[in-house]
Amino acid sequence: MTVIDVRKDPQALTLTFVAEFDAPVEQVWQVWADPRRLERWWGPPTWPATFVEHRFVVGGRSRYYMTGPEGEKAGGWWRITAIDEPHRLEFDDGFAGEDGEPNTDMPTTHATVTLEPTGSGTRMTTVTTFPTLEDLEKLAAMGMEEGMRLAMGQIDAVLAG
Amino acid sequence: MVVRERIAGGLSPDEIDRIFHGLADATRRDIVEQVLREAQSISTLARRYDMSFAAVQKHVAVLERAALVTKQRRGREQLVHGNPEALQRAARLLDDYERIWRHRVRAIEDVLAEDALARDPEERT
Repeated sequence: MTVIDVRKDPQALTLTFVAEFDAPVEQVWQVWADPRRLERWWGPPTWPATFVEHRFVVGGRSRYYMTGPEGEKAGGWWRITAIDEPHRLEFDDGFAGEDGEPNTDMPTTHATVTLEPTGSGTRMTTVTTFPTLEDLEKLAAMGMEEGMRLAMGQIDAVLAG
Repeated sequence: MVVRERIAGGLSPDEIDRIFHGLADATRRDIVEQVLREAQSISTLARRYDMSFAAVQKHVAVLERAALVTKQRRGREQLVHGNPEALQRAARLLDDYERIWRHRVRAIEDVLAEDALARDPEERT
């Protein structure tokens, strides 16, 4: 198990997730920087993500959509707010409409990703900040849609296999 | 999602706000911790924090509105009881997100494992 720590801070509305990987920092950086790698893990197994745009520079915009089991699409976007390759990345993450443009009715979360070398690999810390409690509730509803439920069942299948 | 339905079934956004507000203060968090272990009177709590009875009463009222504690009369005293269920519901919201990240980390591992095998010569950055 590579997940080493999870901290939930209801006051600050943050979720901190710490994991260690058996790979050098530069390689872990690539799973964020390279859209072809990124789309292999960002979405749930039954809702794979496709990044149609990924401008991995400060101020750069990414656009992606996830495709559900019935062919339905759910759009999203990032805006990169800080990059310190290969150690730190910050971005805003939101929902997009069918046209790929940001859906301003939906809340935006902020993510901070930190990569640090350890003796044998890389420690990755992601901090997700939710703007308000209401947004967190809203996102819990969105993120946990049909696809996510299926995804959870699939993880078990993958682990068993 | 099943988890989500449990949350929505139990709490409105207003209720959730009150829970988080209730927990946004160190003294109140400690009160919750104390009364979860054992129901206590407000005067006992007031001694613990070196605070006036009124001040502790205010904190307890905030927690009561958030349904994090309940008050029950015992003789002349009011005993404050913890409500573990409300706390669990609040934590569950963040649990949903934890689950998403657990899944992602596993998927990242797969990507890295394949990279290590292939040592992809044309890395796109």
